[in-house]
Amino acid sequence: MAEPVVLSETGPDPAGLAVSLRGVTKVYDSGVAALGPIDLDVRKGEFVSLLGPSGCGKSTALRLIAGLNAPTSGTVRVARPAVEVSGGHAVGFVFQEPTLMPWTSVRENVRLPLKLAHVPPGDANARIDAALAQMGLAEFAEAYPRELSGGMKMRVSLARALVTDPDILLMDEPFAALDEITRFRLNNDLLTLWRDLRKTVIFVTHSVFESVYLSQRVIVMTSRPGRISAEIAVKTTEPRAEDFRTSVGYAACCREVSKALAPSYPGQSAT
Amino acid sequence: MTSLQTPLMAAGRATPDGSGWRLVRVLLPVVVLAVGIAAWELVVRLNNIPPYVLPAPSAVFVTLVADWPVLSQSLLTTLLTTLEGFAAAAIGGVALALLFNQSKWLEYSLFPYAVILQVTPVIAIAPLLLIYLSQQTAVIVCAWIVGFFPVLSNTTLGLNSVDRNLAGLFQLYGASRLQTLRYLKLPAALPFILGGLRIAGGLSLIGAVVAEIAAGSAGAGSGLAYRIAESGYRLNIPRMFAALLLLSAAGIVIYGLLALTSHLVLRRWHESALGKEN
Repeated sequence: MAEPVVLSETGPDPAGLAVSLRGVTKVYDSGVAALGPIDLDVRKGEFVSLLGPSGCGKSTALRLIAGLNAPTSGTVRVARPAVEVSGGHAVGFVFQEPTLMPWTSVRENVRLPLKLAHVPPGDANARIDAALAQMGLAEFAEAYPRELSGGMKMRVSLARALVTDPDILLMDEPFAALDEITRFRLNNDLLTLWRDLRKTVIFVTHSVFESVYLSQRVIVMTSRPGRISAEIAVKTTEPRAEDFRTSVGYAACCREVSKALAPSYPGQSAT
Repeated sequence: MTSLQTPLMAAGRATPDGSGWRLVRVLLPVVVLAVGIAAWELVVRLNNIPPYVLPAPSAVFVTLVADWPVLSQSLLTTLLTTLEGFAAAAIGGVALALLFNQSKWLEYSLFPYAVILQVTPVIAIAPLLLIYLSQQTAVIVCAWIVGFFPVLSNTTLGLNSVDRNLAGLFQLYGASRLQTLRYLKLPAALPFILGGLRIAGGLSLIGAVVAEIAAGSAGAGSGLAYRIAESGYRLNIPRMFAALLLLSAAGIVIYGLLALTSHLVLRRWHESALGKEN
């Protein structure tokens, strides 16, 4: 087995890359080959979707980038921010579930990353208020997670990821459990955030329509072991808004992505 | 018509949520108690049963009032023992669970002995303890032995029930072990710890009583259990009942206080403390 090598850039990457994976594989202790080898480059400020069937390793890839798991072999490079902010963090992570602490208020949930980084309360409060306002949560600061709807909980989760002002936002099927209207609204809010804050976003999803609507580039993955099978650029005039959803270009792109995805679902004919 | 009405009424009964139903829930046990006491009194009076066989409730009550100076002193002693045993069980149980959670080595080496201590009947251990320890200490140790295991096992369960994604989040933000323990594991385990404490409260009383009875037969002590044993030897049956009544009341109060604490602490977030409708 190859020696696992993990490098972490300490300065701004000269090539303008936010994330770079080279020959990355992941084999779990159970012997299941979950991923790779895969190569993937994500430019700074880019919005990339990882699309594929369940078990194709897209979540695994995200966890490797976040540093939650170590790769079995290969290198994972994540650019560190040029200017270190106190309590800043290179990556923000949004899970499929809101993953909030039920025992405390929305404000304290958003405070968590800053508290763990020992940011002084005065500084922290201003940043928490800003993050809450950004996600339209200002009135719900003192509410408890269980008092909120699924969509609102996901907003809290996003606010928590944004409070450290990360350069890279990793999102693991964050809106999969929400109803369609709420998902569309959060899609639009996410696009606005991405445009305004110039973050790099890597978005894992199993929805063709969501991936095309959101991202500049769709990475299609196949399962067992997870590999990249296709890469499709979504060309459209920015900024996107709700009318993009019904445009001819959108439909054409969805068709192209669906076709690329079809071989990942054996036994189902491509249409 | 009747065939239509019956299911409607049944449905009304099946969803007990009105304030009327709450009143019924409080009133029913009270009525049962009143009827039971009245029947007991009647049986004793009609059959002229002597008090040394079965005292009437009124006789028990009279004894309770007449012997209050002695009984209240004993009640205080037993309550103090229970409280000390409970405090030791709570602190010991939580502390041991925290240690086990930090070190698997400690857990694997010590946990079996915690189980052995728990499954060996305390009534059998008490006489031994009374040989080696002063009586007061022995009684507290007994209360501790019975009480600490539910706290230990519940806290361990709670500490291991932390949401995996939340744990991942703490890891992502570089939380230290202490931070993870303080901000994640302990709050997540709180409902389990409180559940353990609720069991331990009742068990500490049992432990104290068992040890007092064991000690009482050795000739010393002044707790309620000792009063029961002593009154038994003297055929002072009404006083036995009065002491038993006090023990029972003490158990109810301990349980009620712990349940109330648990409710107040968890009411804003935990399912167990929330109303059905929200």
